[in-house]
Amino acid sequence: MIKQKPKVAFYWCASCGGCEETVVDLNAAILDVADAVDIVLWPVALDFKYHHIEALKDGDIAVSFINGAIRTNEQAHISKLLRQKSGLVVAFGSCAHTGGIPGLANLTSREEIFRTSFHESPTVVNASGTVPQEDSLADGMPVRLPAFWEEVHTLDQWIDVDYYIPGCPPPPALVLSAVTAILEGKLPEKGSVLAPAKALCDTCPRRKTKSENTKITKIHRPHEIIADPEICFLEQGIICCGPATRSGCGEVCINGNMPCTGCFGPPPGVIDQGAKLISAISSLFNAKTKEEAMEMARQVVDPAGTFHRYTVPSSLLGCRIHKKAAMPADGRMDREAA
Amino acid sequence: MGAVPASLLAPAAPLRLGISPITNFGWRFRRCSVTDVKLLTFVCNWCSYGGADTAGGLKLECPPGVRLVRVMCSGRVDAQLILEGFRSGADGVLVLGCHPGDCHYKEGNYVAQKRAPLLARMLEQFGIERERFRIDWVSAGEGERFSKVVNAMYDNVARLGPLELVDRKVEGSMR
Repeated sequence: MIKQKPKVAFYWCASCGGCEETVVDLNAAILDVADAVDIVLWPVALDFKYHHIEALKDGDIAVSFINGAIRTNEQAHISKLLRQKSGLVVAFGSCAHTGGIPGLANLTSREEIFRTSFHESPTVVNASGTVPQEDSLADGMPVRLPAFWEEVHTLDQWIDVDYYIPGCPPPPALVLSAVTAILEGKLPEKGSVLAPAKALCDTCPRRKTKSENTKITKIHRPHEIIADPEICFLEQGIICCGPATRSGCGEVCINGNMPCTGCFGPPPGVIDQGAKLISAISSLFNAKTKEEAMEMARQVVDPAGTFHRYTVPSSLLGCRIHKKAAMPADGRMDREAA
Repeated sequence: MGAVPASLLAPAAPLRLGISPITNFGWRFRRCSVTDVKLLTFVCNWCSYGGADTAGGLKLECPPGVRLVRVMCSGRVDAQLILEGFRSGADGVLVLGCHPGDCHYKEGNYVAQKRAPLLARMLEQFGIERERFRIDWVSAGEGERFSKVVNAMYDNVARLGPLELVDRKVEGSMR
């Protein structure tokens, strides 16, 4: 009797396809993986239908790698279906893990996204003001599109997730070691992030060039100066997210002379990467007075987008407050302002 | 996330400060009415906590919705704590420390001072108005000043009303 190969599914939600790219980037190693497993769903590469998955027994798929955040009904439905049919679900990449770049949409609203995308973008020509509808008719036939949610959610805010592979995208070496661990059953406890527990600064090749007492007097954005390829970015006044980012990426950005942007998410013990980065980076400012502190803060062009680049949906606040109707004016304001 | 001790629920009359509840994070605040706002106030052990105590000794009025949390230093109030305060139900967060130059740990309040404007800018991007987060200095002897700073901040927050943070639970979620 031939031993059944374990079934594996790859699925993408709100993502860019870079995570699929990283699987392809396994190069020759992908053939070993393909030999060892039986791929049952991979929309980006192979032609399977959803009903093939629906026909499987619960728990039939050994492991589902799901990348991307959750924003539409289709993503929600298929990820739930895969959860039901899979033994293990792995959140693959930043978007599934912490919300990722699509998660930045939580700093705006659904309404604004639609307005920009379908009316106001300079490249859009839409004289009739057409906006996609969930239900419409095309040549008299009903067409249904997935509903677009008000907010972006991480995968584990929607379904139960067993393991996380961080990164934007996860580097092939990390993917290979994670897949090998899964195939060999050498896994840490459920809920682990399959990457080292250290912060990036700990493993950074430029670590020795960071002084005891860094003082940033002017912040430079990466495109404004040519960074010294040897010296710590923070030392040069370039914001680098190393202090509050998990390592395991192989320092590819640093070695490419670009600062870390935080895609591996927070190291263990940190709930809110953006807040931790604000604490870490601001402590390096050379500012003794309130005015100097405000001037330094002003130089950070987009604090939320810089420090929460990959983590808005999983942060403590999670999304921008949707402006509600103004409060009724019956507030108890009987005390004089002191 | 334990229950709030009864002594911490907003009483109807203004509190006379004197005994400060020393609390930790993890309790959920409860709203008593729509117009009742909670002002989470971090006071440093060496100056502002004494200032709050002095205000109590002077029998000065303080708003009912103030929640004091004593910390060793204003520099210890990490940005995570402030966000967690908002997430736990605070409508405003006030951090009080020693005056510049008076820090018990020499530079802790400078660290807090550098952190504040950057965090305030990020809070605005999340739709939290600038008046809901402030940092100020109160020394141990400044009971009057404590009362003034806290009342002014409380009134600003009350004018804005409760902070309606978005509940992040999704309907139909398997979690």
